[in-house]
Amino acid sequence: MDATATMDDLDRLRAETLSAVAAATDLAALEAVRVAALGRNGSITALLKTLSSVPAEERKARGAALNALKDAIGEAIEARRRVLEDAALDARLAKERLDVTLPPRPSPEGLIHPISRTIEEIVAIFGAMGFTVAEGPDVEDDWLNFGALNIPPHHPARQDHDTFYLPGRTAEGHEKVLRTHTSPVQIRAMFANPPPLRVIAPGRTYRADHDATHSPMFHQVEGLAIDRDLTLAHLKGCIVDFLRAFFGIPDLPVRFRASYFPFTEPSMEVDIGWNRRTGELGRGEDWLEILGSGMVHPKVLEAGGIDHRVWQGFAFGMGIERIAMLKHGITDLRPFYESDIRWLRATGFRPDDVASLAAGLAG
Amino acid sequence: MKFTLSWLRTHLDTDASAQRIAETLSAIGLEVEGVEDRGAALAPFRIAHVLEARPHPNADRLRVCTVDSGDGRRLNIVCGAPNARSGMKAVLALPGAFIPGTGITLKVGQIRGEVSEGMLLSAREMGLGEDHAGIVELPEDAPVGMAYAHWAGLDDPVIEIKVTPNRGDALSVRGVARDLAAAGLGVLRPWRAEPVPPSFPSPIRWVTETPACPWVLGRFIRGVRNGPSPEWLRRRLESVGLRPISALVDITNFFTLDLGRPLHVFDAKTLVGSVLTMRQGRGETFRGLHGREVTVTEADCVIADAQGARALAGIVGGEETGCTEATTEVFLEVALFDPVAIANSGRRHGITTDARYRFERGIDAGLMREATEAATRMILELCGGEASEIVEAGAEPRTRRTASLRFSRLEAFGGLAVPADEACTILGRLGFETVSREPDRLTVRVPTWRNDCAGEPDPQAEYDLIEEVLRIIGLDTVPAAPMPPLKDDMGRDRVVPPPSLTPSMARAATARRVLAARGLAECVTFSFMDGRLAALFGGGDEARRLLNPIASDLDSLRPTVLATLAAAAARNRARGFGDVALFEIGPAFWGGEPGEQSLVAAGLRAGATPRHWAQPSRPVDAIDAKGDAFAVLAGLGVHLDGVQVVPEPPSWLHPGRSALLRVGANVTVGLFGELHPRVLAALDVAGPVAVFELDLGAIGAPRRKRRGNPNLPAFQPVQRDFAFVVDEAVAAGAVLRAVRAADRALIERVELFDIYRGRGIEPGKKSLAVAVTIQPRERTLTDTELEALAERVVAAVAKATGAVLRG
Repeated sequence: MDATATMDDLDRLRAETLSAVAAATDLAALEAVRVAALGRNGSITALLKTLSSVPAEERKARGAALNALKDAIGEAIEARRRVLEDAALDARLAKERLDVTLPPRPSPEGLIHPISRTIEEIVAIFGAMGFTVAEGPDVEDDWLNFGALNIPPHHPARQDHDTFYLPGRTAEGHEKVLRTHTSPVQIRAMFANPPPLRVIAPGRTYRADHDATHSPMFHQVEGLAIDRDLTLAHLKGCIVDFLRAFFGIPDLPVRFRASYFPFTEPSMEVDIGWNRRTGELGRGEDWLEILGSGMVHPKVLEAGGIDHRVWQGFAFGMGIERIAMLKHGITDLRPFYESDIRWLRATGFRPDDVASLAAGLAG
Repeated sequence: MKFTLSWLRTHLDTDASAQRIAETLSAIGLEVEGVEDRGAALAPFRIAHVLEARPHPNADRLRVCTVDSGDGRRLNIVCGAPNARSGMKAVLALPGAFIPGTGITLKVGQIRGEVSEGMLLSAREMGLGEDHAGIVELPEDAPVGMAYAHWAGLDDPVIEIKVTPNRGDALSVRGVARDLAAAGLGVLRPWRAEPVPPSFPSPIRWVTETPACPWVLGRFIRGVRNGPSPEWLRRRLESVGLRPISALVDITNFFTLDLGRPLHVFDAKTLVGSVLTMRQGRGETFRGLHGREVTVTEADCVIADAQGARALAGIVGGEETGCTEATTEVFLEVALFDPVAIANSGRRHGITTDARYRFERGIDAGLMREATEAATRMILELCGGEASEIVEAGAEPRTRRTASLRFSRLEAFGGLAVPADEACTILGRLGFETVSREPDRLTVRVPTWRNDCAGEPDPQAEYDLIEEVLRIIGLDTVPAAPMPPLKDDMGRDRVVPPPSLTPSMARAATARRVLAARGLAECVTFSFMDGRLAALFGGGDEARRLLNPIASDLDSLRPTVLATLAAAAARNRARGFGDVALFEIGPAFWGGEPGEQSLVAAGLRAGATPRHWAQPSRPVDAIDAKGDAFAVLAGLGVHLDGVQVVPEPPSWLHPGRSALLRVGANVTVGLFGELHPRVLAALDVAGPVAVFELDLGAIGAPRRKRRGNPNLPAFQPVQRDFAFVVDEAVAAGAVLRAVRAADRALIERVELFDIYRGRGIEPGKKSLAVAVTIQPRERTLTDTELEALAERVVAAVAKATGAVLRG
């Protein structure tokens, strides 16, 4: 077609081209149609090139007609391209289908032991009350384990402790024992820092006792608070607040009974209310002994180099497994140390489940 | 310590119920372990009179009885007991009663055509023993209609308390009564022993040669007749679980429990000579009343006559010198002993008796003479005879002590404002006699029986008094006060508390989360283990071996946490769980002295990785463990580039697949690798087991640095891959180090992404493919500059390792 092409010719060209666009079934065919019409040597491009040879009086009208034709075809091609692209994408996606029921790739499933978790909770609660953690060795000399705690040799309390001994003596001439309680850390804390003191000492303890309810190794947490004016009332407040926060029972009944420990005076056993039959805490008529506590004995303060006429305070100790078992409804002690992977999976805590007061500890 | 309510009431005038008494005892420090009320189960049973017992018309072995139940009724009862007979007194149960011995509730029934409206009971049916030979036969004078339990004295609750080791005085019924009276549960009845006038001089006298016995009294009594004790005494002893033996023995047991005053009575005719001496043992052997031979040493205090040691003082008497039915002359011993001497001696001989228990907790030195009189009086009453003068040796120790209480301390220390009068009353009821009272303080004499309470100048003296007052008021009445905030140096409240963890505990907490997040399950294993296994791990020596282990497989402190963790893996494998990943954070012991331990984090992976459609299973290896160790180190802020891997593992690790980890100037912080096959065999574990251990104490605290704005280069990083062919023996780490060192400014990252052996690579060589990330900092690098850098990398690696670039 050239400059002589009539309007009819143009209409025919439009019709032919649009029909070719519609007939294109893939992007390559569509591109061929585009090149044939709008390409450098395309039919419409060729007509546009002849415009200059059209007489000036007709040029404007013919130019407008040609441009309208070009736009119409261009739009038709674009529209067709979108249709074909969508179809091609649909076809590809259909091929890419994945079995979405496949199990995901394995991710690590490690766990934190209930004893560690319980210690974290204890530290979080007492930390809020200004206590910091203190530590001591598992092998102690018998002065720190007994003597400094007002348990002289031959004291009947020594027999109650079922102590493990190691051979030989320390450089100071003391017998060596596996600590029977965390209480020696009290003395270490007194030596390490001048009062006022607020320390808790969780750790391993050992007694030569092995049956369904006793393990030769278990964990205790010791607490010690020394100041000028701490009284037995503060001891009670501190322990009641701890127990209620730890068990997540704001009205947990707590009872204090007179008792005896060589390193405190007065000494108290602490009971919490529970239902012996169901094991439910906080309700029921029964009492469950849960920890020992008392005002620090003046001789213990003396052993720690602290003047009992100026400083006073309280101490307490409790079994970590015991409170963990009560909180989580575990009744068998022995599996805590057996590392049975099934038990660990059932009772362990996720590493992302961090014990914090901000998040709450009731779980 | 057990006692009955009726026994308690001989010392305490009270209307309080057993329940209320039990609650009070627990509150004041005499913890009740149990209250047994046998009367409750026996409550429905009455004493009845069998008016007539005639043969059952339809059964040879049964009888039909007409029984007077004491309430005017005549009951028809069928009874199978052979001893049922007319006129006897028996125990009757009526329909509706629960029969403890059979566990059934009685109903009216017909037995072979005869109505039976009740049951006559045997001892076993009442739950009172095994006797089932016939029905219980009561004495003629048993009152018909009376509750059997009451008549038999069985409606008397037995209370058992746990007495703490400081309260020797509460190991007696009187001591318990005194505490209860102080707590307001009644009035302590006065107790005085009327002196028995001497009838003759004692043919035996005392000598004490040992500080273990500072004071001893004695008395000769002649013309006694030993036999069964009267009913009341037998019942009293039986009610608390003691077997009555004979009047003389029962009397000593009675005083042990009633007053906490152990006594001994010798059969005087069995003693040789006229002197009894408290002295050290001399290797003599005698047979004790507990039925065993006792050989005494210098460390023991014995009671000796001219023949030698006859009794282990304060612990157990001799069988030969004990009282029998034939005894007619006795010598009463009332002694005071040093508690420590008794405790040592008793422990050495392994003999536990009620006497030892009380002597080693301290008895009332003030009761010596009165106890002698009271015991004499009871012997004369029950056995007849006449008493000599009292003979004694040694002297009453000076036990008089005073203590003062400042009333203000009750609140300032005890947290409870107790009115001064109330405090004085309580102490008075407990036997602390007032020496003086001032407006602000009270001075008292400490009772002789309160061995737990000190006198001045002992610093605990005032605390003892505070404790007594608070204990009796009830510690439950002290109000609870919240912990006050800490104060800062200026004395202001420190509302935000300080960090609570020590650095080492904080490190442990981080390691714990890192390892759990990597898929390891935390364990807590024992600190001790089998010494033979410990030896495999470099432990098990004498210094780390317990003197008194509870079992041979728990006799040695573990030298490494991996030893007990490996045993845990073995146990899991035995249960069918061979593929486990475990860790533990706890102590490892490098010696047996206090402090010769390290806090370590140790982990173990056994077996294979999980089977999964997307990634094949493979055996775990040392590099898994290395990854765990490095993750912990990174978590603790250790710069991993500075970690040296030194292939010098301990003998219990695979020598070719394990290494030590060092940081900085040769500080060994841990190790990783695979357990040695010999260790695996000993543990009965199939390999491989990949392990690591880090000494958390050896890892320094990370330097705190402010983060500030990071340097983010404006230019794109460029990645270049290299493949180096090296000898098999060349360590990959050496290649990577050399690459990094080629240009520390531009080379930001070096990753080993492939190791290739096989076609195209000479045998004995391997190809290491390394991706190097180059980060331009000042401007984009030209091709020429990149090329030059690549050449420097190749040259550096070639120089360090002899590598050639793979063609």
